Amino acid sequence: MNKKIVLMGNPNVGKSVVFSRLTGAQVISSNYPGTTVDFSKGMMKIGDQHYDIIDAPGTYSLEPSNKAENVASDILKQADIVINVIDATNLERNLYLSLELLEQDIPVIIVLNMWDETKHLGIHIDNKKLQETLKVPVIPLVALTGEGIKDLVDHIQEVKPTKEIRPTSEEGRWIEIGHIIKKTSYLEHRHHTLRDRISDITIKPLTGLPIAIGIIFFAFWIVRTIGETLITYLFDPLFENGYRPLVTAFAETLPDDFLYHFLISQTYGEIDFVESLGMITTGFYVPIAMVLPYIIAFYFILSILEDTGYLPRLATLVDNIFHKLGMHGYGIVPVFLGLGCNVPGMLATRALETRKQRFIAATLLSISVPCVAQTSLIFAMFSDEKIKGTLSFSPIIYILMVFSTLLILYFIVGYILNRFVKGESPEIFLEIPNYRKPHMKTTLKKTWMRIKWFLKDAIPWMFFGVFLINLLYSFGVIGYLANLFQPIMTTLFGLPGETSIVLISGFLRKDLAVGTLLSFPAGTFSALQLVIIATMLTMFFPCIATFVVMIKELGIPDMIRSALIMITTATIVGIILRIILIGF
Amino acid sequence: MDEKTISLPFLKERTLAKITAIDGGMNVQRRLHALGIHTGKTVKIKTKQPFRGPLTIEVCGSQMTIGRGMAHKIQVEVIE
Repeated sequence: MNKKIVLMGNPNVGKSVVFSRLTGAQVISSNYPGTTVDFSKGMMKIGDQHYDIIDAPGTYSLEPSNKAENVASDILKQADIVINVIDATNLERNLYLSLELLEQDIPVIIVLNMWDETKHLGIHIDNKKLQETLKVPVIPLVALTGEGIKDLVDHIQEVKPTKEIRPTSEEGRWIEIGHIIKKTSYLEHRHHTLRDRISDITIKPLTGLPIAIGIIFFAFWIVRTIGETLITYLFDPLFENGYRPLVTAFAETLPDDFLYHFLISQTYGEIDFVESLGMITTGFYVPIAMVLPYIIAFYFILSILEDTGYLPRLATLVDNIFHKLGMHGYGIVPVFLGLGCNVPGMLATRALETRKQRFIAATLLSISVPCVAQTSLIFAMFSDEKIKGTLSFSPIIYILMVFSTLLILYFIVGYILNRFVKGESPEIFLEIPNYRKPHMKTTLKKTWMRIKWFLKDAIPWMFFGVFLINLLYSFGVIGYLANLFQPIMTTLFGLPGETSIVLISGFLRKDLAVGTLLSFPAGTFSALQLVIIATMLTMFFPCIATFVVMIKELGIPDMIRSALIMITTATIVGIILRIILIGF
Repeated sequence: MDEKTISLPFLKERTLAKITAIDGGMNVQRRLHALGIHTGKTVKIKTKQPFRGPLTIEVCGSQMTIGRGMAHKIQVEVIE
């Protein structure tokens, strides 16, 4: 039997980095509490002994206060050995969990992570003395660079439970910690550093809010610039000059129309990568040449925002607004992650404390936070040559119509849900980590991991989606559905029946839906109709990947409620937009 | 009650104070304690968000943001 080693510690102490160091496995880590909301499992071998290593979500004590902490205390029950990761710059607070762990009859190794930072901060810890006092191995470590890992590994085989710490009350533990701190550490007086000053101005409302708005706009601008540059100079030339001749040559070798329709295009002549709806044309081009460049740009910028430690400060600044929406400031974190992909956004709602908060956060995410795939396709759609001709204004006006509607809805729906969803909305309670300079290698590695997830997830679904739509086309189902929904679509939203196909394919992938939209002949939709469709496509239902995670997070009864809210909201908003934009 | 004792939100920014008591039920106590906020500790307010927004405080060298309601349960005494 493999022995089980569990990594435990407060949030944001670097457990996941230690985990990657031990197992070689790659997991996402950031500089804010709550990045790990589920456990990851890896393996390592020392001598002949195999070990399972489990990275638990961070917790302040063994009495859990949110869902992620619940996961942590459950995992502890299976542990043969515990590695208690401590933020050495925050010894006192971290020791509470350590004492709780030491009271259990499990072997514990204590790791003093961020050992290098203590020196900058003027904190002196006598790790030898700490080891003598607690009677367990205490190992200084810098997980980011790997310094001290070998020492940790050497101790894993010999560690035994300590009988030194007897179970006591909460008060008793804090008194004990007071003694330990006095014996083993002292704090040098320190002057205000530049880092402290940056920390101050980014969290004070007067300076912090303008800075926040600046950072967000700058971030989006950078994402767009990087994305566009990648498309113009890398992905488009690659497809046009490299892939097009190959596909065209391949198309000519295809023996019959049936295969040609499925793989290449519905129409003949020059292949249009976006509209052709072929598995190896649109199926590749949309995720790789249209979405991937923005995925790369988005996750690179997000990683930097995460690793500096800015997000908790932003959460503090927006706390007031999010309270009106039944959450607290941490609710901004799922939104940020959701703008990349709704799936990690949904998982991040776990760090919220109550069912009410999680329900509202998840529902709002699904209704009005479009993922990169959808956002980039909406941008592409209004800049498409075929569509451009029908626009009376510049494309950006239409794009703004879609996104400002979604933004306003986030607040309105949140405000209403806060009134009607029963349950508590506790106040914010969030640690503000020190700013850290992002470690470029770690940031790039993290970006790469997320890109890989996207590719693994997006390409197969896109393939399947294109295949399915072709199948439906060839059996005439598309035309049938369009006719069937025609009355509803036209009466309610002033849209042609074909819209139903777009909305249905949105369940598979939102970018596929826009691809389907573009495959209809020019003139099927007017520009203002496209605004309504793009908005409703975001709102009315999540894609299947998000849907599955939502069921897991909310449970079936709440998922049904959430889905009803989505469909109702989408219908109402669709009707209102129709009245405003098109008239009766 | 000592006249010098005030609840945390009334403390001026950047003034050093000592926590004299924490009111409230077990749950509040436990959550505050877990972050190292307990009687006898020194505390400083980094910033207060307007419109009854949260406070960012510094205790034991680390910073945290806590809601105003919770902050009202922390009684402090200014250190001269």
